[in-house]
Amino acid sequence: MPRNKLQKTQREEIMSKQGWPLYEVFIRARAGLSHRHVGSIHAADKTMALDHARDLYTRRNEGISIWVVKSADIIASDPIDSDALFGPAADKIYRHPTFYKIPDDVENI
Amino acid sequence: MYTQGLDQKQKKSVADPGDSPERLAAFQARIDADEKIEPKDWMPSAYRKTLIRQMSQHAHSEIVGMLPEGNWISRAPTLRRKAILLAKVQDEAGHGLYIYGGTETLGVSRDDLVADLLSGKAKYSSIFNYPTVTWADVGAIGWLVDGAAIMNQIPLCRCSYGPYSRAMIRVCKEESFHQRQGYEIMLELCRGTDEQKRMAQDALNRWWWPSLMMFGPSDKTSEHSAQSMAWKIKRFSNDELRQKYVDATVPQADYLGLRMPDEKLVFDEKTGHYEFGEIDWQEFFEVLKGNGKCNRERLEARNRAHDEGRWVREAARAYAEKQAAKDAA
Ligand SMILES: [Fe+2]
Ligand SMILES: [Fe+2]
Repeated sequence: MPRNKLQKTQREEIMSKQGWPLYEVFIRARAGLSHRHVGSIHAADKTMALDHARDLYTRRNEGISIWVVKSADIIASDPIDSDALFGPAADKIYRHPTFYKIPDDVENI
Repeated sequence: MYTQGLDQKQKKSVADPGDSPERLAAFQARIDADEKIEPKDWMPSAYRKTLIRQMSQHAHSEIVGMLPEGNWISRAPTLRRKAILLAKVQDEAGHGLYIYGGTETLGVSRDDLVADLLSGKAKYSSIFNYPTVTWADVGAIGWLVDGAAIMNQIPLCRCSYGPYSRAMIRVCKEESFHQRQGYEIMLELCRGTDEQKRMAQDALNRWWWPSLMMFGPSDKTSEHSAQSMAWKIKRFSNDELRQKYVDATVPQADYLGLRMPDEKLVFDEKTGHYEFGEIDWQEFFEVLKGNGKCNRERLEARNRAHDEGRWVREAARAYAEKQAAKDAA
């Protein structure tokens, strides 16, 4: 094995022993609102993830509820697929109420 | 400031073969249209590198920045001041973590970034290598250092990179309290005994010039400004921000009845700006090189904290693994 590759593997091994996984943090600001992504934190486990999220993201009454989820568990779309995923919506203007012409005399519609 | 012009001898970035002219043009068009760039979007490798450097230096500065003020937590003059200072220093830890988190979205790990800080490879703001010798220094830091930080961070809220911009918005919401508690300390001292007022003046004398250096080298010598401006990572030049800061801060010193330690400081009626004396750039570069009063002490403190915390990190990890194994069984 080439020397630099060996070093890298060793480093990764050390990292996996010392490093804590990454969690994404979602906060509900107040009842009536959805949880919203606010950032991320590192923690050894889920209990610590909640504790750290509380210390880091709610020092000024920013929330009443916290979700944490391992970043590795999030399934995300790829920007490369954006056109295929979101492009088709652009030409479906009949999905919007303004597409339909209703005479002004008709009320409550 | 926390991030500006800290490494002067940066090599000219080599063009990445993946950065085709078409891709670069499309990227610049997005920036020009004021679109935000998000982590999974394509970006030029130099853009990524610039952000990793700037954001990690910024995060390191927040972390090391806890040390000068942390020095006074146990000796704050009242319980009120102690609670305030604790909250302020805790905020700075938070700022560091927000920004490390943002930097990690660029594909680097916080552990690696921290390792670079601890080994002395990475830079952090020169300002935190000055000692806090009296209680008035805590006032001067909040007023001047956090004041300069605000000046620099407000434009960063509009930075083109989404995670950095969002971290800065969060940080800016918290900074105002930092500056105001510092100014309030200065006010109290200036309204106090002659000795207290002398203490405030002495702190201003020592912190004023280093706070001006926080904005980085003069535009005449600063190297990578133009590209950062084009990418909308940076919105104002070092000298522009420094001037804004001087214009905002001098009247605040007047109100305190303190004198800026600058014989050449004068208000120019024509321009509406303060003119000020020449900054000692020799001092700035010496501090950056590691020869400031506290460089060694700061790095030692960070390394000690890291070493002494190792068993905690490992124990937490081992416990987590054990629990996970139990859950699986
Ligand atoms: Fe901060
Ligand atoms: Fe601050």
